[in-house]
Amino acid sequence: MLFLIAWRNIWRSKLRSLVIMFAIALGLWGGLFVIALSQGMVNQRMDALIETSISHLQIHHPQFADNQQVKWVIPKGQALIDSLRRLPEVRAAAGRTVVMGMVSSAAAGSGVQIDGIIPAAERQVSKIYEKITEGAYFDESVKRNPILIGKKLATKLKVNVRSKIILTLQDRHGNITAGAFRVVGIFETISSRFDEHQVYVRAEDLNHLLDTENAIHEIALILHDVEAVDPVATTLRTQLPALKVETWKETAPELDYINEIMNQTSSIFMLIILVALAFGIINTMLMAILERVRELGMLMAVGMNKFRLFSMILLETLFLAATGGIVGTLVSMGTVWLVARTGIDLSVFAEGLRDFGYDTVIYPVLAPEFYLEVGLMVFITAILSALYPAWKALKLHPAEAIRTI
Amino acid sequence: MAVIRTKDLKKTYNSSMVPVHALNGIDLTIEKGEFTALVGPSGSGKTTLLNLIGGLDQPTSGKVWVEETEITQLKGNDLIDFRLKSIGFVFQAYNLIPVLTAQENIEFIMLLQKRPKKERQQRALELLNAVGLKDRAHNRPGQLSGGQQQRVAVARALAAKPKFVLADEPTANLDSTSTANLLDLMAELNQQEKVTFIFSTHDQRVIDRARRVVWLEDGRILSDETKM
Repeated sequence: MLFLIAWRNIWRSKLRSLVIMFAIALGLWGGLFVIALSQGMVNQRMDALIETSISHLQIHHPQFADNQQVKWVIPKGQALIDSLRRLPEVRAAAGRTVVMGMVSSAAAGSGVQIDGIIPAAERQVSKIYEKITEGAYFDESVKRNPILIGKKLATKLKVNVRSKIILTLQDRHGNITAGAFRVVGIFETISSRFDEHQVYVRAEDLNHLLDTENAIHEIALILHDVEAVDPVATTLRTQLPALKVETWKETAPELDYINEIMNQTSSIFMLIILVALAFGIINTMLMAILERVRELGMLMAVGMNKFRLFSMILLETLFLAATGGIVGTLVSMGTVWLVARTGIDLSVFAEGLRDFGYDTVIYPVLAPEFYLEVGLMVFITAILSALYPAWKALKLHPAEAIRTI
Repeated sequence: MAVIRTKDLKKTYNSSMVPVHALNGIDLTIEKGEFTALVGPSGSGKTTLLNLIGGLDQPTSGKVWVEETEITQLKGNDLIDFRLKSIGFVFQAYNLIPVLTAQENIEFIMLLQKRPKKERQQRALELLNAVGLKDRAHNRPGQLSGGQQQRVAVARALAAKPKFVLADEPTANLDSTSTANLLDLMAELNQQEKVTFIFSTHDQRVIDRARRVVWLEDGRILSDETKM
């Protein structure tokens, strides 16, 4: 019956209760949606980075990371790729010839990372082919030295599809060598930095320039399940002790770091909203207590003990918060679900976002655990907000309370 | 057998600059089955005495016994539990929980006593029948007249089968018909069920119906007469 009394009590002042419920719902909705947006941004950046460059796992010669010299190739690279492809967890594997070099046009020059790839194999591990905005992904029309460059680089070099550019690099013997390449496609990813500093050529063309034969510096692996990354990495490390196996978290530690920071920021953000809401709840409950002094005095007089009185006020607060909280969470889930289908277009800020490697169309996501976490936070907020009003009520003296005007 | 005994009961309020002596040594004994009015002008100490007998307030000095229990020794939840089990209250107004129906209001007291649901419902209906409001069982206080609300309050006070019922100016907000009805009800319960009633009042109609009238003035008993 205490539940019944508490529930009916919150509807005694309908407007007041609805206002605070609405405030809670609105606060949660705003908070959760913003958090879902930022989570979406981080996830998209992560996915994009995994899809276009770092993949789930990478294998290198242990010294390659130090100075990226041509000589640090993976021994028997092609055979290793073939055996990796047979692992049940592996969806695709591809080798890359990687060197640092200079690219120049008549207008300008720029330092770039040159990835020599086998286009068909690369398609399996990277979605760069989907990011081509002009030209094509290594079509057959250009037989000699085709190259893919990013949009930002194209703008910098003032070149277009079919323009000719020069790659300058150091070959296997340490000699400076150069080759003329023809732009066949221009890609645009969510990161303008990537677009400025990454180019793709065919592995055979690059090997020819380097005077090497099928030199593989990097093996990129995509697994069926991203969760399997760590166990697979552990297995590979024991099987390939002479090589360096890195998961995406190790290749791009900042991604995991950003993820962590985003989670913490979200929690703090939510906490601030809830603290603000707590004051609203306290205010509402105080009003509810102060206008019921006589009734509370009567309840104490006829034998309602302090524990029950406290429970009643706590329940009222919980009902207020829970009603608002449930509505807010449901509306948030609905909004996130709806917006996740269409995405939010932030292209007004596109340049700024791309500089940081974020997409301009955001698809919000929120992990189910987070709803749970927020639910718990609302629950705790309600209990804390109930304390002061309840304490006020418990301090009432029945004989005086009942005569209060 | 005495239900209530007070010994040299004193109460001084220190809330203002000058101490107010609300009660100046009250010795009073109430026997089982009495129908007693505490009468006196405003400030005579009626309500203070009622509060002390009811365990709602602590005396400055003196003692109160309810049967064998010295209630002036009880504190906190023990005192609340004692009130719940032994004393029925009817106040001037704001007696009922507005969000509960008449029946639920009566059951609430028994719920606090942890009585089984079936017993609660049965007794609540019996009591509503006794106060003539069986057909109003599912009405909330707001849907009842002042007189009806007070009758529900009497029924609620009896729900716990208390040793006595304290009524603080129960007719103060009632018209004459409602007052007469309420007094009839209380007198009937007193005679048939042997319920002990002690009420404070300055309403002549109530004084006329009381069998014992204790006059108070300036915190002292002025006179104490029992009608034959």
